[in-house]
Amino acid sequence: MALYSEKVMDHFMHPRNVGVIENADGVGEVGNAKCGDIMKIYLKIDNDVIADVKFETFGCGSAIASSSMATEMIKGKSIHEAMALTNKAVAEALDGLPAHKLHCSVLAEEAIKNALKDYYDRNGLPYDAKDFPDCEHCAHCQ
Amino acid sequence: MRVYADNAATTAMSQTAIDAMLPYFQTVYGNPSSLHSVGQEAKEALDAARATVAKCLGCEPREIIFTSGGSEADNQAILSAARYGARKNKKHIISTAFEHHAVLHTLQKLEREGFEVTYLDVKQGHTVSARQVAEAIRPDTCLVTVMYANNEIGSVLPIAQIGAICKEAGVPFHTDAVQAVGHLHINVKEQNIDMLSLSGHKFHGPKGVGALYVRRGFPLVNVIEGGAQERGKRAGTENMAGICGMAAALEESCRNMDKNMAHVAALRDKLINGLSQIPHSALNGDPHNRLPGNVSFCFEGIEGESLLLLLDAHGICASSGSACTSGSLDPSHVLLAIGRIHDVAHGSLRLSLSEYNTDEEIDHILKVVPEVVAYLRGISPVWRDLQTGKRQYIL
Repeated sequence: MALYSEKVMDHFMHPRNVGVIENADGVGEVGNAKCGDIMKIYLKIDNDVIADVKFETFGCGSAIASSSMATEMIKGKSIHEAMALTNKAVAEALDGLPAHKLHCSVLAEEAIKNALKDYYDRNGLPYDAKDFPDCEHCAHCQ
Repeated sequence: MRVYADNAATTAMSQTAIDAMLPYFQTVYGNPSSLHSVGQEAKEALDAARATVAKCLGCEPREIIFTSGGSEADNQAILSAARYGARKNKKHIISTAFEHHAVLHTLQKLEREGFEVTYLDVKQGHTVSARQVAEAIRPDTCLVTVMYANNEIGSVLPIAQIGAICKEAGVPFHTDAVQAVGHLHINVKEQNIDMLSLSGHKFHGPKGVGALYVRRGFPLVNVIEGGAQERGKRAGTENMAGICGMAAALEESCRNMDKNMAHVAALRDKLINGLSQIPHSALNGDPHNRLPGNVSFCFEGIEGESLLLLLDAHGICASSGSACTSGSLDPSHVLLAIGRIHDVAHGSLRLSLSEYNTDEEIDHILKVVPEVVAYLRGISPVWRDLQTGKRQYIL
């Protein structure tokens, strides 16, 4: 069996929504270069809807595929739906990730939440801090 | 086009080696320990294989122990020297920071038992000097174990000088020569090597077989207990096909060594020159004393696993020392040991060549790698930060 599912390879080889949004309404970056993966998500938000989303990722195949899949899953959705995106949903949509690569889907979820938090902060919108947990549940970089 | 450039991981078997193995599956199936003619036929072949390997290393046949591979040979050599040392209250070992895990993990096991290990620094020139070894030797040193050539970055170490120093100091000297045997001229007597590990599949022989050269008289301890095979030093019915395939492959490699070296080193140098043109990249390993087939680079701003996957999609089989390819959270200990920080160690690429590679294949690699590196940098937030000055270049 190959390391990755066909879905992962498809999103890795042909990533969707790669790039930068100039004047984005929210930008989120998670991970660090020391650990070998960084994801950066740019959001364009109109009337509480993710009008556009782009990503840049430094990382392995599953990190790039997770970013690509996660951006597809939130594009056109409301910010509330985007907030509800879980790493599990990303991994499932990719037809699974190897156990030691699950943290890549965690990073994707957190990058999106991070970008949404940035959007809330910029616009002075209220939010519940516990909706934006730190990387604690992922032992990857410890 | 499919280019296999991961010969440090393993090599394709040579037809010579395959042909040499087949009789031991089909007609010469005897157990060399059996007294009957079928067994004795196998025994003769085993003796001949031992003589062949010994000739290639410049030692006597009785100084060769066949093992399951390089890792077992490393384990046995190090544990033997440690047990021998401990009997004389010598519990200090000298090694390097960039040894193979077969050596490092064995040393760590000994450290837990109370041995003290000095890991020589390899930052200077991505190698160790004989002087570093000399300065580390103490009255209680029971072993110097220093690899012949590094598997990841290709540095070839000054083995003859280290051997001379160890001989003068009366300290046993083991070298893990898995990457060197079949590729470099080795003579264990001239180089004052007491123990040497080798592995069959690194020079177009089969996997699952290797050998330990051990100087006559050095007391070995068993890693595998059982029957009296290998002069009682390694139990288990001999892997006849493997041993004979390995011996044939080694003989062929040694016979063609000068020709292969020139060909492979020319391909290597072309590759190094070409890849050096990629901005913010760095060659890993000793640029001068280097394995003929090793090319190792770090490229800033990208991660190695995605690089490997894209190269594979372009038909190029290579390897990387990134964390994601190592299966652990840290990048290669070798790259960290030579002073590459995590951020750039993740972006490493090793291309390891053999005489089966061609000039056209090198052209293909030189076309594809810069494109793939540029593509990955194009989608990398690290690269963007480097380009916009938000992050400082390391390379």
